[in-house]
Amino acid sequence: MAAMSTPAITPTIVVVGHGMVGQRFLEALADRGVTERARVVVLCEEPRPAYDRVRLTSYFSGNTPEDLSMVEDGFLEKHGIELHLGDPAESIDTAGRTVTARSGATISYDTLVLATGSYPFVPPVPGKDAEGCFVYRTIEDLLAIEEYAKTARVGAVVGGGLLGLEAAGALKGLGLETHIVEFAPRLMPVQVDDGGGAALLRTIENMGLAVHTGVGTQEVTAGENGAVNGMALSDGSVLATDLVVFSAGVRPRDQLARDAGLAVGERGGIVVDEQCRTSDPAVFAIGECALASDGRVYGLVAPGYEMAETAAAALEGDVSSFTGADLSTKLKLLGVDVASFGDAHGTAEGCLDVVYSDSRAGLYKKLVIGADGTLLGGILVGDAEQYGTLRAFTGSKPPVSPEQLVLPAGAGAPVALGPAALPDDAVVCSCHNVTKGTIRGAVTEHSCTTVPEVKKCTKAGTGCGSCVKVLGQLVNAELEAAGVEVDKGLCGCFGQTRQELYEIVRALGITSYQELLDNHGREAARGTDGCEVCKPAVGSVIASLAPTIGASGYVLEGEQAALQDTNDHFLANLQKNGSYSIVPRIPGGEITPEKLIVIGEVARDFGLYTKITGGQRIDLFGARVDQLPQIWGRLVDAGFESGHAYGKALRTVKSCVGQTWCRYGVQDSVRMAIDLELRYRGLRSPHKLKSAVSGCQRECAEAQSKDFGVIATANGWNLYVGGNGGATPRHADLLAQDLSDAELIRLIDRFLMFYIRTADRLERTSTWLERIEGGLDHVRDVVVHDSLGICAELESLMADHVAGYRDEWAETLNDPERLLRFVSFVNAPDVPDPTVKFVPERDQVKPDLPLLSIRPLGEALEDSLEGTAAR
Amino acid sequence: MTIAPEKTLQKTDTHIQLRLGDEWLAVCPLSRLTPGRGVAVLLPDGRQAGLFLDRDGVPYAIDNRDPFTGAHVLSRGLIGTAAGRPFVASPLLKQRFDLVSGRCLDDETVSVTAYEVRLG
Ligand code: SRM
Ligand SMILES: Cc1cc2nc3c(=O)[nH]c(=O)nc-3n(C[C@H](O)[C@H](O)[C@H](O)COP(=O)(O)OP(=O)(O)OC[C@H]3O[C@@H](n4cnc5c(N)ncnc54)[C@H](O)[C@@H]3O)c2cc1C
Ligand code: SF4
Ligand code: FES
Repeated sequence: MAAMSTPAITPTIVVVGHGMVGQRFLEALADRGVTERARVVVLCEEPRPAYDRVRLTSYFSGNTPEDLSMVEDGFLEKHGIELHLGDPAESIDTAGRTVTARSGATISYDTLVLATGSYPFVPPVPGKDAEGCFVYRTIEDLLAIEEYAKTARVGAVVGGGLLGLEAAGALKGLGLETHIVEFAPRLMPVQVDDGGGAALLRTIENMGLAVHTGVGTQEVTAGENGAVNGMALSDGSVLATDLVVFSAGVRPRDQLARDAGLAVGERGGIVVDEQCRTSDPAVFAIGECALASDGRVYGLVAPGYEMAETAAAALEGDVSSFTGADLSTKLKLLGVDVASFGDAHGTAEGCLDVVYSDSRAGLYKKLVIGADGTLLGGILVGDAEQYGTLRAFTGSKPPVSPEQLVLPAGAGAPVALGPAALPDDAVVCSCHNVTKGTIRGAVTEHSCTTVPEVKKCTKAGTGCGSCVKVLGQLVNAELEAAGVEVDKGLCGCFGQTRQELYEIVRALGITSYQELLDNHGREAARGTDGCEVCKPAVGSVIASLAPTIGASGYVLEGEQAALQDTNDHFLANLQKNGSYSIVPRIPGGEITPEKLIVIGEVARDFGLYTKITGGQRIDLFGARVDQLPQIWGRLVDAGFESGHAYGKALRTVKSCVGQTWCRYGVQDSVRMAIDLELRYRGLRSPHKLKSAVSGCQRECAEAQSKDFGVIATANGWNLYVGGNGGATPRHADLLAQDLSDAELIRLIDRFLMFYIRTADRLERTSTWLERIEGGLDHVRDVVVHDSLGICAELESLMADHVAGYRDEWAETLNDPERLLRFVSFVNAPDVPDPTVKFVPERDQVKPDLPLLSIRPLGEALEDSLEGTAAR
Repeated sequence: MTIAPEKTLQKTDTHIQLRLGDEWLAVCPLSRLTPGRGVAVLLPDGRQAGLFLDRDGVPYAIDNRDPFTGAHVLSRGLIGTAAGRPFVASPLLKQRFDLVSGRCLDDETVSVTAYEVRLG
């Protein structure tokens, strides 16, 4: 259609810098169709196309450089964009409108866009260029640090800001003893205030990092070989170190613009107007290299993206302007949540702070409130759960008092301030500047019904990801408001809840997942392979009912094997490097010296890391999948059996020493714990089951934090149910008092079977008890007073379970067919997986973390392969 | 009601082969696979593939390395069907990967190598 109006000469747009913002600019050009009308040439200094610098550090947790790429496959080709890798721009002639690259190529432009980013600032201290000194900005920097760290023991990071802490985390992860040197009196001086800094400091020190605040680096010293061996600090002390990472801030890369005569700020940054145009109207500058019209250089990606959109719009004569941006950030540094948003330091006139601080827990929360009650900003350290909502409320008066917003749940009256209360113009995703109104529009007008759809439609949630939780809540609220029934089904394959499926399986005696799916699944799911949510859930329902409906109780039998999550499938717990942990059952925590010795010998012989668990038993970590049968062979011979640490099943019944030894004990708590553990071992349930028995009210076994806990009284036993430690702790409720041994066991039988029958997938007894209608009173009516008349049935279900119990590991070892599964490679069963490696730590081993990030190199393993490259 | 495709009966000595460039690597007898699960395969250059079988006995193969964690464990995940296409869910953090294309269904920017497989 444009054939007639096509200008004689296609205009050329040259982009200098292919970083995050440069790439975003290219996407904006493509979206607007500009790439069809113009020639676009990109000069890229780095040896690879744009990648996600924000997630740079995830390289150390296994992301490859390819994983970090921001350029979709085929994007450049599709839009005819010419990318010159490893060829930076060296000079610009603004009069002649040409750019000359290092390769010598000179390109004429109609429009030039500078997106050159920043460079890391290295303080001019003597020795800063010694071997072993690094900066932290590019993938190449990380590769160099990783390589050098192999021969280093101690590392120091200069700068305790956001990036410094990230770099320190990376050094720690590489196994170095790590120090952070920060000139300011606190960590992250830009984002947090003194209170927040103190909370952060405690948490970071507890992680084993050494922090030196209030001291400057005066000199980097080197040995005779020219390699770093230490740092002289401003307080006169010397820090011995083998490696130094400078992370003392960034400076805009404006040299190219400066040389070309473009205006730059006094303290750096290419001066641009609201449309991101520089002092030469044919040249734009966007991202970290630009000095925005509000006089600031933005060191975050979100404002850069906004500039990219603005410049792309300006190119087409559209009006859009960039006049400044929000500096909110949420980080998870070394596992500590830190967030700051809005006017975090309280610079507005007449504003007041609301602060909650708990030094012991490393918690610090501050809200800055304007004189009229408007929320202006805040800082959250240690718990940034409310960040998404609070940030969106910034600039408005929250509907509840500020104190209620910072108090932790449980202290006073906690308020869950839902996103429903947000105004439509509240920015929910600040990475992409998406408002609540836009998100609602995606649901109401663009008929998105899931979070992934809304993400695609609005881009919300595709940056740092910190808003995804709020996004989910908004989407559900909007669907419900629109009268769309929010599907309560188990997953995309089944419209029924777990409880409904349990009833179907029990009533019809269905013993096969495929049968259930093909006859009772959603129409579209019938005949398919189902999904990873319903397979284990249905597997568990069938296993719980196995003896009663006549299915095999053995989880690796036939089809059951295909339904189990990986842990159940290998009867062990998968660890981060692909190895497994092993937990033999130690009923009640009681163990003979002989058995302890066997555990020690097995661990020693297989080089396993051993740890006493929180559940009164011993965990052996680091077994390769092919070692599991040999290890269990020895354990089973010594009389051990599976502890089901991998299953949604009974875990442990902890005990205190009780009456036998303890001067206060009134009953034999150890014997009761062993009896209970042996009775319920192997019982598959909606979630894991934990228990404990204490010998008196002093409660040394912590029974009230368990799914079913027992405390001895002078007259018998008290039974508590619905306790939980973990993420949302809950004290158990007293179900019945002064029970005899037999009464106690009968009641627990009924309670557990009623729970298994009616709970949702992955619903612990605590949440189940709070959810079911009538709560504890209803459960008591059913299991104590038999109000539904099902107690006889519940008891018989449990009797079937007890009679049908067999040890999974003993059974597996006796079955050569099953054992075939426990091999590293189906075609090379004798080659141990070379990617499962360990390094020493505190006289034991731990997974080799750097190894996880590297693709295995081509080794000459051909000889050991069973198959051959034939035909 | 959907009718499942007729199952093709396989001889037990049928082998699964995986395509590497112009060559086909014979990996293992079909009988070594459980429908709905995978196994790990060591490739001649030291890389690893995960080889899977769906309920209808169709084999698939993708890289065994989970790009989100770096661990070589995709072969130990559960397989399923999404929008009519087979996938495996990583056993570590549960991201799903299309078994035909290797694309991650939960993060468009991520994908793993997919291999051609045949029975022979
Ligand atoms: C080993 C152990 C930590 C330790 O070194 O002490 C441990 C390790 C794990 N716990 Fe735990 N928990 C261990 C005691 C606990 C305890 C303490 C206790 O049982 O007295 C709790 C709090 C009590 C409770 O559960 O109410 C606990 C609360 C959790 C939770 C949170 C549960 C909740 O309801 O909020 C999870 C996550 C889950 O189950 O979804 C979890 C999950 C896990 C998993 C399975 C995470 C995973 O999927 O990889 C860990 C795997 C262990 C492995 O690979 O072997 N673990 N975990 C403890 C094993 C006890 C045992 O002998 O079986
Ligand atoms: C470890 C780390 C963590 C971070 N975390 C966050 C975070 O959590 N949140 C956040 O908002 N921001 C974060 N940032 C900052 C974020 O990465 C930057 O704001 C963003 O990358 C800026 O994009 P840009 O395109 O302006 O610059 P860059 O991404 O730096 O890209 C500029 C590119 O231009 C190239 N270049 C320079 N000069 C030339 C030339 N003459 N010719 C050709 N090419 C040239 C450079 O080599 C570079 O590739 C982080 C940064 C780092 C290093
Ligand atoms: S709970 Fe009572 S009986 Fe058990 S160890 Fe503590 S004080 Fe002794
Ligand atoms: S706020 Fe970062 S993705 Fe939404």
